[in-house]
Parts: sequence; structure tokens; C-alpha cells
Amino acid sequence: MKKIIEGSLALAEAVKLCRPHVVSAYPITPQTHIVENLAQMVADGELKCEFVNTESEFGAASVVLGASAAGARAFSASSSQGLLLMAEVLFNIAGMRLPVVLACANRSVSAPINIWNDQQDAAALRDAGLIQFFAEDNQEVHDMIIQAYKVCENPEICLPALVNLDGFILTHAFEPVEICDQKLVDEFLPPYRPANYLSVDKPMTFGALFEPTWYQETRYRIQQTMEEAKPLIEEVSKDFEKTFGRFSGGLLEKYRMENADTVFVSMGSVVGTIKDAVDELRKGGEKAGVLKVRVFRPFPTEAITEALEGVKNVIVMEKMISLGAGGILASEIKNAFYKNPQAPDVSNFIFGLGGRDIPLESILEAYAKVKKQENRDVFVDLRKEALEVTY
Amino acid sequence: MADKTEKKEKPPVVESFLAPGHRACAGCGVALAARLALNAAGQNTIVATATGCLEVFSTPYPESAWKVPWIHSLFENPSAVAAGIEVALKALGREGEANIIAQGGDGATADIGIGCLSGMFERGHNILYICYDNEAYMNTGVQRSGLTPFDSHTTTSPSGSVSWGNRTEKKPLPQIAAAHGIPYVAVATAGYPMDLQNKVKKALGIKGPKYLQVHSPCPLGWAYKPEDTIEIGRLAVLTGLYPIYEMENTEITKVRKLGKKRQPVEAYLKPQGRFRHLFSKPEGKEEIKRIQKIADGNIERFGLV
Repeated sequence: MKKIIEGSLALAEAVKLCRPHVVSAYPITPQTHIVENLAQMVADGELKCEFVNTESEFGAASVVLGASAAGARAFSASSSQGLLLMAEVLFNIAGMRLPVVLACANRSVSAPINIWNDQQDAAALRDAGLIQFFAEDNQEVHDMIIQAYKVCENPEICLPALVNLDGFILTHAFEPVEICDQKLVDEFLPPYRPANYLSVDKPMTFGALFEPTWYQETRYRIQQTMEEAKPLIEEVSKDFEKTFGRFSGGLLEKYRMENADTVFVSMGSVVGTIKDAVDELRKGGEKAGVLKVRVFRPFPTEAITEALEGVKNVIVMEKMISLGAGGILASEIKNAFYKNPQAPDVSNFIFGLGGRDIPLESILEAYAKVKKQENRDVFVDLRKEALEVTY
Repeated sequence: MADKTEKKEKPPVVESFLAPGHRACAGCGVALAARLALNAAGQNTIVATATGCLEVFSTPYPESAWKVPWIHSLFENPSAVAAGIEVALKALGREGEANIIAQGGDGATADIGIGCLSGMFERGHNILYICYDNEAYMNTGVQRSGLTPFDSHTTTSPSGSVSWGNRTEKKPLPQIAAAHGIPYVAVATAGYPMDLQNKVKKALGIKGPKYLQVHSPCPLGWAYKPEDTIEIGRLAVLTGLYPIYEMENTEITKVRKLGKKRQPVEAYLKPQGRFRHLFSKPEGKEEIKRIQKIADGNIERFGLV
């Protein structure tokens, strides 16, 4: 059924369809509408689950950890400072191999405090052992939640996922979204039946102390699992298409990449604007394309190098930065091409931080700069007045 | 209000669900209290434990001393993890499968985990939280916590030429717990094992959040002889420094009276190295008087004589 709904509701509808046993909630802008929608569904009897209002995001993450360890399908959501407050628990959930799915309404990180969108919050959790998806639009958000559970709960994976959607730009935007059919979701995503969970029938110890003789292998195994998750994510995307008649993308999405010599690489909602820019450029005879990174962890190194084979210029446009090092996505793409003689020229543009608007012109300008081989690792649209201020 | 429960009581359960062979120090009050508590709770119990000595000494992978389903996540979240377990069992139709106990040391409970603990109380989860109070961060090497007593020497509240050790009194955690309106709050000590077990059993018979704080002597951190754990536990009570009592729905319903067994605080302080500095200088007498005042205050407040 197609409905014109807010992104947060599209996400909540998907969560409801997955029949979670436990949802934990703590408010933070711009995530709040997600848990508000779920709370209303519970209040209206549409969603039968335990809905827990916690005292902090740290508590919210801890509640879903405990629930998942007890054998429940669990969901929570956060954003920015809240996600960072969850950080300790999220590393723990991953280390304990619990397939919790969380949503992140991407928002900048304080200070200075700013409630608007960039992707710095998710970037801060890149090393936590979470599978990280980034959605371009609200249909993708809806579909990703269902696919995330399917991937995470696979007995070979058992890792948590973070489904990222840009704060406000997606969470608060109304778009037509095809809501999945409950019967089909039930077929696609069978009830969660973990091999190990807390039960008096089979007492087990979870979260034991690992001394140096044991710890390192746990990291190795998560790294291995991340590698194994890549083909599985592709496979689950195809299964999803078979069941629902809609392909919403695997690790990557290619847009007008045919014969492209210059390709934009980006994540999240801004890809829509970049696609428009590419349409403009193509109209003018330019050979431009877009490569959308849908899955940030595991990082689809092989798929990216394959997709960009023969491309001359790669323009990475990202809303995250490792302060003191530079653009994160760009550095990972450069790394993917290390020692590859066919490596493209990679430029890095940081933009849209703290909700700064990204007009089409800025993207075209970046393209022009790359073509002219000038200023290729820069912040886009810096305001002179703001730079001159003494804090 | 006299506590006569000890006389009525059956012998303690023989089977132990915290197996021997773990790595706790000789004379560890936490190991003793945790074993007594779990044995009183029985096999149908799921336990969430905070990071700390108890978790470290009982679960060096691939070994585990726990014969019940047991989970450790982080330092500050056993109450929230237990809350997740409790709601999961409800949602999965497994409510009533097990008692749920969350437990941690005084640092995990009174300091870093108090937010999650308060959330667990306020939301009304059917969980017994047990705080093993050894009055400092022992696992990291005896640092001060919010439950470290006045004048105690710890590595971060050391006594010195211009200091008598910890400058603050214990955070009144049982009262803070009771102020949430939870149905049952109790204080016990490893020094009175049967009383401790009775309180666990009573707590588990009550629906809703329960808080039990157990005075758990630490031979290493308190610097006394390992064989004196029970004695130290009793002296804490008999001096009035650690009153043991029960509260139901915010009212004190039972206290252990001291009667003729009442002791001056020196009897408790002197055997412990953490209070040694009070006896090494003549001015220490004034400090001991201040501690006696704390005990006298407790005795009056809880009606211990």
C-alpha cells in the first residue's frame, strides 16, 4: 500500500512489520518522531511489544542488549549526542554478537550544539562492529529496516545494525512510500530463534572476561563476519526484490555510470541532489555518474573498486570528517585503490555540516573544480563572515 | 521491631549455584554474599552482573562459576540489562520463568550506575537489585566511591599528614531507593548469612523492584585478616555504623536491635588497616569521636537499642 508519510513513520511502520518484542526509547531531535510513532502504535494496539521509556540513551541501548540476550527481537533509535551516549553499549552489543537493529537520525555532534543534519554521529561509531546502512529516501529507509533484521539475525552474522537516515531531511520529509505487506514480511523475516539465549533450561554465561589468550580472536571473527556479510547483504536485497517486487539496492547503487569518466561518491539523502546535478551535466555532454554507498560497514571495498573501474575522476562528497585526518569516506576509497595501477584521481569535498544547505550549484562547482584540477580537497561553501568571527 | 528471623530459619541451602573454584580472594565478602544470595534465590534465576571483582573472578573464559543463566555487559548497566531481560521474557510469554537479579558493587550501583538503577526502580520492573557494598572500587585497586565511609583510607582518598582519609559520609542509597516508592528495600551483611538469605527470599516473593544492600567486607581493601570477614561484618552492625533493616513501601518495618551486644566504634575500626591512621596519632581520637557520632546518629534514627 502506497502512503504519503513522514520518514520517521515510514521507518516505524517497517519496525512494526518486523514484530519486535522490545522497543526502548529516549527522545532526541530529530529522532523523536520514530519512537513517538512506535509508542502510538503500541497505544493503539497495532503493535504488540514491550515499549520501555528509559532514563537515557545509554539505558535504552542497555535495555535492548538485555532483551536481545534473552532471545527477543529488539529495536531502538537515536541521534547525535544520544548515539554517542550509547557508544559504550553499542560496542558491547556487537562484541556479544547480538542482532539488535537501531536507527540513527543523522545529526551533527556538539559543540557547538546544532540539531541539524550531517553524518558525524554515525561516523563516530564506524569502528564499533555495527553493520551500517545509509538511506537516500524514505522508501529505502522502510525497506532497509526489514533487510537489516534479515541480515543481522542470520546465524552466520549475529551482529547489530545501524540504519542511518538524514535527520530532518528524511525523518521529517513526507514522501510516497510503499508499505510492505505484513504477510510477505512474515515470510521474508521468520521469527527470531537464536541458538543461544538466557534461559533457565540451558544456563549459559554471557559476557565473560576474555584474557589476552582469547580476546584478539573475537575481533578477528567480527572482522571475518563483516566480510561474510557483504555477499549476504546483496543476496538479501535480491530476496527482498523477489518477495516484494522492488529492488532497493545492495551494497551500492550506480546511477548513470555508463561510460562515466567522472563519478560522484556519496551517502544518504544528498545523493538525490547529486543525481540531479549529474542529469544536468549529462545534458551538457559531460560523462558524469553517481555511485551511492548504501552500506558503510562492512565497507564494500571490492564492489567499489569494481564499480569505479576505468573511471578517471572520483569526487567524494561527504558530511563527515575525521578531524585531524580529513574526509572519512574519501580516505576509505583511496585506501580501496591502494597500489591499484588503475586508481582514479580521488577528490574530497566536505559539505553540508550541521545542516548547511547543499544547493545543486555547489555540486556543479565541485565538478568544475575537479575538471580544472584545482582545490580538490576542500570544505564546500565556507562562509567568509563566519570564518572571520572571533569566538 | 526486633529481628527474630534468624531463630525461625531453616538451615541454608546446600547446593551452590555459584560454584567453588573461582578466583576470589580468601575471605572475600562479596563472593560469600553473592553465593548466599543466589542460593537463596535458587536455580530458576537469571542474573545480570556489573563489571567488577565479582564478574572478573567468576568468569575467566572459558570457565564460569555460574550455574544459572548469567550476563555481564558493562560497569553501569546491570539494572538496565536486567530490565531488558524482564520485558523480553514478558513479550516472549516466558514471564515467571525465572527470578531476575541485577547486581553490582558500590561503585557500579551508587555512582556510575545510579541513573540506570533509578530508571529500573521508577519503571517498576520485577527485579531484585543487590548491591555488594565493599565501600570502594576494589577491582581497580581500592579507590573511593560514594559509599566509602567517613575517614576511610583509599588510594584516592588517602590519609596523609594533612588528611584523615575520605571526607564524606556514605551516600544514603537505601533511602534513595525507598524514595522511589519501591515495595521493598533491605540492608544486610555478609556477617549475618541467614538474615541475608531471608531478605533475598522475602524480596523475591514481592512483585516489583526491590533493593538489597549488602555490607561485604573486603580483606584486601580494608586490610584485615581474611578469617575475620564474618566478625567484621557483625561489628559493623553492632557498632551502629551499618544498621541492617527492612523498608516496605518507604516505611522502616524491621531493624536488627543491638541490645547488650552494642560495641564502641573502635571495635570495628581497629582491626582494619583502612582506619589505621586514626590510631597512629593522638589527634585521631577526635576523628574517632566523629565516627562514634555517626554511629550514635544511626542508633537513634533507626531505633537500634
